[in-house]
Amino acid sequence: MCLAIPSRIVEIDGDMGTVDVDGVKREVSLLMIEEPQIGDYVIVHAGFAIKKIDELVAYETLQILRETLALVEKEDER
Amino acid sequence: MKHASEYRDKDLSQTLIRRILDMDIRPVRLMEVCGTHTVAIFRSGIRSVLPKNITLISGPGCPVCVTSQAEIDAFISLSNNPEVITVTFGDLMRVPGSFSSLQQEKAKGKDIRMVYSTFDALTMARENPGKQVVFLGVGFETTAPTVAAAVLAAHQTSLANFSVFCAHKLVPPALEALMKTDGVRIDGFLLPGHVSVIIGLDAYRPFVARHHIPCVVAGFEPADILQAVWLLGRQINSGEAPVVENAYPRAVTAEGNKKAREIMSRVFAPTDADWRGIGTIPLSGLQLQPPFDCYDARQRFELRLSNVPPPKGCACGQILTGLKIPPDCALYQKACTPMSPVGPCMVSSEGTCAAYYKYHVEPGF
Repeated sequence: MCLAIPSRIVEIDGDMGTVDVDGVKREVSLLMIEEPQIGDYVIVHAGFAIKKIDELVAYETLQILRETLALVEKEDER
Repeated sequence: MKHASEYRDKDLSQTLIRRILDMDIRPVRLMEVCGTHTVAIFRSGIRSVLPKNITLISGPGCPVCVTSQAEIDAFISLSNNPEVITVTFGDLMRVPGSFSSLQQEKAKGKDIRMVYSTFDALTMARENPGKQVVFLGVGFETTAPTVAAAVLAAHQTSLANFSVFCAHKLVPPALEALMKTDGVRIDGFLLPGHVSVIIGLDAYRPFVARHHIPCVVAGFEPADILQAVWLLGRQINSGEAPVVENAYPRAVTAEGNKKAREIMSRVFAPTDADWRGIGTIPLSGLQLQPPFDCYDARQRFELRLSNVPPPKGCACGQILTGLKIPPDCALYQKACTPMSPVGPCMVSSEGTCAAYYKYHVEPGF
């Protein structure tokens, strides 16, 4: 089962860290991600952080999606 | 919930639904190949808002469901060894083997324990030096690196009483096998989110080039899935050469997670694997390779896989390949329910039959 909601790193201790997801704290391994920082949002699978969420990409792609959808709507209205 | 609630936005989803409904598309069958997608699609009600021409079918995306009956039987046989502590993730416990399940064996007093992480199994091995701790390695490319990391840690600390029963499966070879299965008709794939976090978009490009089939990687929130369906529809309608598109760019990149793949390829080598419902798929599984093969529980305990048939009347095999839907199975809702499951697709929370049962899906939806 994949955990869809990203978790926030709140503590780092070597290769291990503590993450918080909606108030629930868990210990995870940070072995598989590059340069983890406190405050990073990560995808966690079976006790391992497997990806840092790219904040910039997340923001930009959501904007692009909204703009694309709005554009398609406008084209249809013509 | 940052990076989740944005994709549950009502306006965004409604706009995507309108875009999908506006598409003039021929009848198509789109397959999701991730159990978490199956559950997310049912839970959000996406099937009920799609046009009649777009049918979503569930593929072999639940790792427990595709684990062969022979492997389940071997897990149970291993748990009967009094020297062994059998360690697993929770979803495997209730899957029925030919004669029993791990849960039934645990009730009889066998030492079978559930963990949250593979590292918990290492702790158990350290705390129980007089016992052999065997982790049941079931899962796709998302789980395999976590098992590989545990093997590496065991090797580095010379932890001799730890081993792994490796039953991992790989997604791209399964997609290949599906395309070659008689009677299977798929017009596009909704690719798994977190498997793709590890293997990246590049891992699918040879498959798309060979089979000319549109593929889109999706996240797990409603707008993520709707966007993927919309992109698949656009590809199908465009008439251009199909490609792999990314509807989950906040998490998935072209190259995937290099560190995870390095750990995985250090410890494992590809091998042929048996999939429930599909059969043997070349190089679709993983085996421990030297110098880590000493952690192979199958070798250590001389476990043999016997050739056993699936439960009589159970259609899990056809359901996993999209050839049937659960109501087509004679056992569904009768002999086979979540309380008393016959096949794995009814046991696992990610199984297609369990999802159909839970969300009371009527035939035709």
